[in-house]
Amino acid sequence: MTSIILRTSTRYMFPPLIVFSVYLLLRGHHFPGGGFVGGLFAGSAFALYALAYSVSDARKAFRQDPRDITAGGLAIALLSGIPPLFSSHAFLTGTWWEVPLPMGGVLDVGTPLIFDVGVYFVVLGVLLTVVFALGEEE
Amino acid sequence: MLTLLSIIFIAALLAPFVHRLCPKYTGAILVTAPIAMVIWLLKKIPEVGHGHPVTESFQWVEKLDLELAFHLDGLSLLFALLISGIGSLIVLYTQGYFKGHPQQGRFMMYIIAFMASMLGVVLADHLLLVFIFWELTSFTSYLLIGFNHNSPDARNAALQAMLVTVLGGLFLMAGIIMLAGAADTWRLSEIIQRGDVLLAHKNYLPILILVCIGAFTKSAQFPFHFWLPNAMQAPTPASAYLHSSTMVKAGVYLLARLHPALGSSEEWTLILTTIGTITFLLGAIMALGQKVLKRLLAYTTVSALGAMIMLLGVGTSYTIKAMATFILAHAFYKAALFLIAGGITHETGGETSVDKLGGLRKAMPISFACAILAGLSMGGFPPFFGFVAKETWLHALDHYPLLVGATVIGGAAYVLVGFAVGFKPFLGKMPAELHAHEIPLSMRFGPIVLGLCCLAFSFFTGSIGHNLVQPAATAIVAKELEVHLHLWAGFNKAFVISLITLMIGIGLYCSRSFLVATAGRLGVLVKFGPDAAYQFLLNGVLKFAAWHTRVLQTGILRDYIRVTVLTTVALVGAALVRAGGFQRWENLAPVSIRIALVAILMISATFATVHSKSRLRSILSMGVVGFCMAILFTFFGAPDLAMTQLVIETLTVILLVLAFHHFPPFRHGSKKRTRATDIIIAASVGITISLLVLAALHVQTPTPVSDFYLEHSYKEAHGRNVVNVILVDFRALDTLGEITVLTIAALGAYALMKLKPKKEEGGE
Repeated sequence: MTSIILRTSTRYMFPPLIVFSVYLLLRGHHFPGGGFVGGLFAGSAFALYALAYSVSDARKAFRQDPRDITAGGLAIALLSGIPPLFSSHAFLTGTWWEVPLPMGGVLDVGTPLIFDVGVYFVVLGVLLTVVFALGEEE
Repeated sequence: MLTLLSIIFIAALLAPFVHRLCPKYTGAILVTAPIAMVIWLLKKIPEVGHGHPVTESFQWVEKLDLELAFHLDGLSLLFALLISGIGSLIVLYTQGYFKGHPQQGRFMMYIIAFMASMLGVVLADHLLLVFIFWELTSFTSYLLIGFNHNSPDARNAALQAMLVTVLGGLFLMAGIIMLAGAADTWRLSEIIQRGDVLLAHKNYLPILILVCIGAFTKSAQFPFHFWLPNAMQAPTPASAYLHSSTMVKAGVYLLARLHPALGSSEEWTLILTTIGTITFLLGAIMALGQKVLKRLLAYTTVSALGAMIMLLGVGTSYTIKAMATFILAHAFYKAALFLIAGGITHETGGETSVDKLGGLRKAMPISFACAILAGLSMGGFPPFFGFVAKETWLHALDHYPLLVGATVIGGAAYVLVGFAVGFKPFLGKMPAELHAHEIPLSMRFGPIVLGLCCLAFSFFTGSIGHNLVQPAATAIVAKELEVHLHLWAGFNKAFVISLITLMIGIGLYCSRSFLVATAGRLGVLVKFGPDAAYQFLLNGVLKFAAWHTRVLQTGILRDYIRVTVLTTVALVGAALVRAGGFQRWENLAPVSIRIALVAILMISATFATVHSKSRLRSILSMGVVGFCMAILFTFFGAPDLAMTQLVIETLTVILLVLAFHHFPPFRHGSKKRTRATDIIIAASVGITISLLVLAALHVQTPTPVSDFYLEHSYKEAHGRNVVNVILVDFRALDTLGEITVLTIAALGAYALMKLKPKKEEGGE
């Protein structure tokens, strides 16, 4: 299937979709969003790319083997549970640091965000593992 | 204790590497670990002998009340010394036995790991810890019996030993849990002080029976005795170690250990004495007709274990002294004979039958000397330690004429076996086709040390009795007692019985060819024995599994879905009926027009999905249903769900299109009847789930969970989006589990799609 319209629009749609998926990931803590839906969003962006061009092009655009991304995401999620162990809390207890911003104000940074990043990558990786495998010709 | 135990475990792990680095001295290097244990134990003898047990305890899992608690008293000391002492000799012996064998490192690893587990069993003070080590010994013995894994016989024997002992282990676990509940403590050292409470407890009999089944399977008591002779498939060092001096005694140890807690009741005496005596006689009689060296020894081991249980069952302080003495005597002569039998087989190129051996005295003089010592000790000839044990034993059974009778028969069988293994291969004329030479140096340590002990112990009876037997017997009966062993107790009744036993034994030995022939003729009876019952049961289980797999695992996706879905309907339906949850239709919110519109759209899209003639149209219609669902979520104020649903639905459509791309052209394949059943199944699912949702509306909790999250979400988790905070913070562990499952599912799907069998690839 080759459609000029789809290809051209995909070319312009793709970067905003990825940026939006990261935006969803980051805003998730306070507003609708989060790692799961963000990962799905990024995954559908690549799926769109694979439909418009081809799976091998999408694989090239993705650069990594999606299975590695899955494993990496799982590792990030797992590691995010470790810091609280040092302050004798249970595994995966949310731990927060307040980072003062140069412009004034304080930014809360916590392990749940890191955990959510892990979820994002796992979802993305799982999705693309399946999509790429299904879409490839035998 | 924990340190030394860990060192032995580490030695086991390192064994293969040590073997790779210096294959010639593997044994010599690794043996240092158990020798350290022996030295430490020897140093503790005076302290423990004076009634001061050594204890150690480390916190392990606090919430489960699980501690790494160890307790060294007289009984543990006796067993631990035997395990680590004989174990050291076995490790050295293995070096020679497996010389040049590529898998020697693996064998060393198993046997040392076994040694450590066994030490754990006898040293641990926490019941659960005892159980963990107990199971570890079953597991390592499985590896040892099946060491020669190319042989189907070895594999079957290993499986049999494992199944029998692990099955017993399950009973034991139940017993242990009930025991701890009844005594209100996990500590063995405390349990044995609560005998009164336990004897009066309503669960006393179940506990006793469960613990006994566990101990009897492990110690090869009737009717579970059959696995032990079969386990002779193991390489000789393992047989000598596991099946003579250590593992099989774990059951005896456990019962002896629990004697103060569970003993001194009629049930105890009845069960242990009956089973022990049956096993004692059965093993002895079956030994008479055996031809193979190791099987001769194996059946007498079964018999000896029966004797120990029998003596323990009688439970007077005399019989318990006799039992402790016999454990010591038996461990030495039996291990020595096993090692010599292994040496003979090893040096004659694999000859195992007693009747084909003879005249080895010139070729193997050292083995012969050791064999004489051990064989005579086994027969119970003076002045060997076996005689001392037999005297104490007969003396203890003074008031039990029936058991004395049993002892005479059993003892006579021991004489026969002692002669058949200790003398027969060495005397007479050497068959022409037999070539033999003396065992190498590393294999000599074991037989020499053990053989000499069989003799030397008799001359230090006072010291042995005072330092080893007395503390052990004291621990078993849990009251002060004195042990005085004598080599010569005077010309009394026991001595006369002993002499009669020896005479009968020699007579039996002379008529051995007749006995072997009779046993051959009685071989048909095996078909009705417990071994056959085991095979029958095992085959039954396998057949059931095959049938069950054939019925449930059809390999057709729709069958799997049908089973899954119908199970869900049945379970949820049953729960609903029991709760009566589908009777209340009140309190439902009014249906607004927009919701009604979306619902109508959904229903029509569903019909379109089912009726469409093209696959793509079906998929798209199904997508419509999903998108409508997302709209419904937005109506009810769940933007997170709506958003996720939207993306998921999009992706589902893409995935299905991609998947269907691989399918053959669409045809209406299903028959009318199949479609009818499918409609019924689908409708039942729909109805059940709808009812469930309606019922869920009426479930009232005193304080809704959501209040908690709403309250704490921002304060404690710094997040205003409660849904997300639950996912990544409050319930992060669940999420971690979910993404792990997701990963595994993706890998599985990938494997299914990409890794096809080779021949299929060629076909396409």
